[in-house]
Amino acid sequence: MSISLDEVRHVAKLARLEMGEADLVALQSELNALLGHFQDINAIDVTGCQPKPHAVPRQNVWADDEPVFGLPREAALQNAAAAKAGLFLVPTIIED
Amino acid sequence: MANYVLSVGMEVHAELLTESKMFCRCQVAFGGEPNSRVCPVCLGLPGALPVPNKHAIELVMKTALALNCTIARDSVFHRKNYFYPDLPKGYQISQYGETNPIGYHGWIDIPTEGGKTKRIKIARVHLEEDTGKLMHLPGGGSGVDLNRAGVPLMEIVTAFPPDIESPEEAKEYGERLRQLLVYLGVCDGKMEEGSMRAEPNPSVRPEGSETYGVKTELKNLGSFRSVFGGVEFERNRQIAVLEEGGEVYQETRGWNEDTQASYVMRVKESENDYRYFPCPDLMPMHFDDAMIERVRATIGELPIAKWQRYQSEFGLSEYDAGVLTAERPWAEFFEACVREGADPKAACNWMNSDFARLLNETGQSVVAHEGRTLSRVTPKHIAELTTLIANGTINGKIGKQVFGDMFESGHMPKAIVEAAGLTQVSDTGQVDTWAAEVCAENPDVIEKYRNGQTNVIGFLVGQLMKKSQGRANPQLAQEAIRKALGE
Repeated sequence: MSISLDEVRHVAKLARLEMGEADLVALQSELNALLGHFQDINAIDVTGCQPKPHAVPRQNVWADDEPVFGLPREAALQNAAAAKAGLFLVPTIIED
Repeated sequence: MANYVLSVGMEVHAELLTESKMFCRCQVAFGGEPNSRVCPVCLGLPGALPVPNKHAIELVMKTALALNCTIARDSVFHRKNYFYPDLPKGYQISQYGETNPIGYHGWIDIPTEGGKTKRIKIARVHLEEDTGKLMHLPGGGSGVDLNRAGVPLMEIVTAFPPDIESPEEAKEYGERLRQLLVYLGVCDGKMEEGSMRAEPNPSVRPEGSETYGVKTELKNLGSFRSVFGGVEFERNRQIAVLEEGGEVYQETRGWNEDTQASYVMRVKESENDYRYFPCPDLMPMHFDDAMIERVRATIGELPIAKWQRYQSEFGLSEYDAGVLTAERPWAEFFEACVREGADPKAACNWMNSDFARLLNETGQSVVAHEGRTLSRVTPKHIAELTTLIANGTINGKIGKQVFGDMFESGHMPKAIVEAAGLTQVSDTGQVDTWAAEVCAENPDVIEKYRNGQTNVIGFLVGQLMKKSQGRANPQLAQEAIRKALGE
């Protein structure tokens, strides 16, 4: 199993990463090395093992439905690149 | 032109009626100052860890059970990855897979023409989180309000192949689902506030064709009337495209309420490449019998069961039972009247006529909510009024007067009747006296009667009732007039 350069380009685009051709090629070989490792894992016989969704053997970690005040708005907006009228400012989004 | 068959899949999103958000404990409310109900979790700040809201999980399970779903024994949350400014984490926590959602493989029956029902299969009922809100700012740029980000959101998806085959069925499905969710107390069902959103996926295919046509996805539908309009428009549009030899594209289309037409929406690139994977921040869920049965016990009687029971147990018409069961508080009020000893048919008539009208005129309700004040009329009032009429203490006409009075004052009907001396007069001597007086006062009418105009009896009875200030027993009044006329 290996990943093509086009697939790397696609994954980069989905992750909003702008990458030059040389970087893409370098990343392709790194990703292929990672995939190779998964192939090693795939070779292990797991007959009789149930798939586990999590490494930690805990389940049903829930909280009661009781509201708690979070952050003051000034604090929430403090790291925003831009803010106006209590809103996070972003470039114009056209929905239709 | 070939005949075409319409198929409609439906996705319905419903915000759950919890106090706090899905993965953090920020308060859930409508409106308010932007970004006033946010915290590191729903802002997507690095290092913040989500913890699921137990009540939200129970509400989804309750809905899934009411929709006859199988409940997953093991269920996990997934990350659905995409970038959009209303989604601070860069992914939405949702549930993926056929048998992983909390509920799957269910159904709901909807009424169709001629008192029949049709079964609409449900593929899944899953739990996710809502996104924030984007608003266009005057002078350019968009603003993001994250108060809604992370609000518990339930998604209900119909099964494929779709059972819905007409715009009417699409609307009926939406309305029945809304009624059920409101009944269960899991969602307020307010489409105008966006707490319930419906997205139909209509497609058409030539009659007899085995393969389904390409579907379009309709968004921005603000009501079930729009669901009807949107599906009807898309059906006609798609048929026209195919008839002209064209091709229907799989695309997202918006609905314009003003022009009653759908339009192509800008679709984000590679929209369907969501790369779902189990969210490592969240522990898996396991639902045992004890939990499932505990949630099942909270469901109560569903609207369609009530509707059937009111007909069989109380002998009400399909229509009357439908009006009484449309909303839960109204049905509960009716049942309380019956418990207080009211005749079901009489209680139903008072509720669906005078009471409903007065409540609407005054902006009151049988439960105080949504700015409506609580009516002074209780089930005890209705029960006492129907008893007074049933045992002949007052007649129906006086009953209407008493109803108006008790609606206004909140006094009990018996007290009103006693204080105003409205008791029905069933003393034949008194009624006969009134009949004689009426005849003496209307010689011209009596003349008409003698000349064969027997329909004037109604007028004379009316005069007698007026003379008695409405208190005469109408049956006796009728008899007394006939007797006075020598019949």
